[in-house]
Amino acid sequence: MRYACLIYYDPKKLFNQSPESNAALEQCEHHDEKLQASGNFVLGEALELPESAVTVQVREGKVSMVDGPFMETREMLGGIIVIEAPDLNEAARLAAGHPLAAIGSVEVRPVVDFSQPRPQL
Amino acid sequence: MNPAPDPARAALEAAYRHDKRRVLATLIHLLGGFDAAEEALHEAFAAAAEQWPRQGVPQNPYAWLVSAGRFKAIDRWRGQARLAAALPELALLAEVEAPPPTPEAVQDDELRLIFICCHPALPPDARIALTLREIAGLSTEEIARAYLSRAPVIAQRIVRAKARIRAEALPYEIPERSELPARLDDVLRVIYLIFSEGYAATEGPSLTRPELCATALRLARLLAGLMGGEPEVLGLLALLLLHQARGATRTDAAGELVLLEDQDRGLWDREGIAEAQRLIERAFASRRVGPYVLQAAIAAVHAAAPSLAATDWTELLALYELLQRVEPLSPLVGLNRAAALGMRDGPASGLAAIEAVLARGELDGYALAHAARADMLRRLGQDEAARDSYRRALALTRQPAEQRFLRRRLAQLGD
Repeated sequence: MRYACLIYYDPKKLFNQSPESNAALEQCEHHDEKLQASGNFVLGEALELPESAVTVQVREGKVSMVDGPFMETREMLGGIIVIEAPDLNEAARLAAGHPLAAIGSVEVRPVVDFSQPRPQL
Repeated sequence: MNPAPDPARAALEAAYRHDKRRVLATLIHLLGGFDAAEEALHEAFAAAAEQWPRQGVPQNPYAWLVSAGRFKAIDRWRGQARLAAALPELALLAEVEAPPPTPEAVQDDELRLIFICCHPALPPDARIALTLREIAGLSTEEIARAYLSRAPVIAQRIVRAKARIRAEALPYEIPERSELPARLDDVLRVIYLIFSEGYAATEGPSLTRPELCATALRLARLLAGLMGGEPEVLGLLALLLLHQARGATRTDAAGELVLLEDQDRGLWDREGIAEAQRLIERAFASRRVGPYVLQAAIAAVHAAAPSLAATDWTELLALYELLQRVEPLSPLVGLNRAAALGMRDGPASGLAAIEAVLARGELDGYALAHAARADMLRRLGQDEAARDSYRRALALTRQPAEQRFLRRRLAQLGD
């Protein structure tokens, strides 16, 4: 059995420069190592903030794209696939190839590049 | 990512950098559309990643990738039987072994790609985004950074542009002779706008901007390699080379504007200027000069002068008259001609010419027109009128460096 642990947080609380949240971010950096040591780790990525996302849908063979995550009350997050692609357009093209893009939608969100500065909110 | 040095991986990365555009261009031509071609391109590179390490790197990576992409597409279409029945030409495509492409055919494919990316049916900013991504090979994220925009915005722009190409069935072809001047002008304008964005940037991170200039120069060189017989293509390349050669002296270390008369001409890139001169001579030899060739020739006269005083104003004025003839509607040409006239015949002539341009009304909101008028008035000793015009210019510009320059001028006039 495998489980995807989807971590939700309020970005305004996590990136408010307070000692607690900075400590939590610090601990995140080493959390994967702990899971690896215990043999529980499969794949883990932190996601950029939602405004960096696009959502693609395929309807009647036509690809449409909107900014941001797709939120509709009846739809829920059902899986995560991490792909390697040269840029956002290519990633979106690959995402549109998923069978569920024709039924639900696929949100494409870049993985955090930790060499870049943290968001200032 | 495997960091170990490995010849197949190096060859694949080199192919991705150097051949991707040409492979895509040929696949669009063979398969009849962006979507099918991008899918096939992706599959061709995936096949190369799998096969090259085992079978060795092919002699001609471009031909190998085109052939692999074509077969992948045919396989996929064969799998969609209904589509195969509806497409008799698919059977033909599958049966005929494509001859190895000639260099001319590859060049034609590249030109087709350039003309479709700069098609007049697409909105101007979509033309720029498409050209930067499909021809210059920038990633969506790089384009967003250069234009101080967000990647999702640029991504949508590119997706919509491709959807429009498909929906309107825009022809993927090199325009007919009769259409060529107008269509070529669209292409040149896109490249020029990309350069201008990098050259005239006054806000945002300056680091990404020189890359835009370099990218525009690369595009201009590519086009000159593909259409060296078109004088306007040579003119655009020469113009960009001249801007680039003199660009470093436009501002000082503190970011303040430096006027042409105060620029250190010893810092201009003589090699770039010489290359531009040769291109301009080639263009003039064709006897078909257009606005880009003339603007390049004007910039070359400035670049050739050892000092402002030693500039050949008569030659400049002759070039401006020609430029006004090919661009009769451009008030900016009139303004620049007036400034040159003021340098040759003195500020009174210059002022009269600038007044005539301003009277037409189009440049009333253009700060530099009022600054040029103020400059002539200052040289005539009419300080009060000069101050009014400098203040007018100051109210119209939002560029910090220009504002500081105008304030310095006002301070010199005791304001």
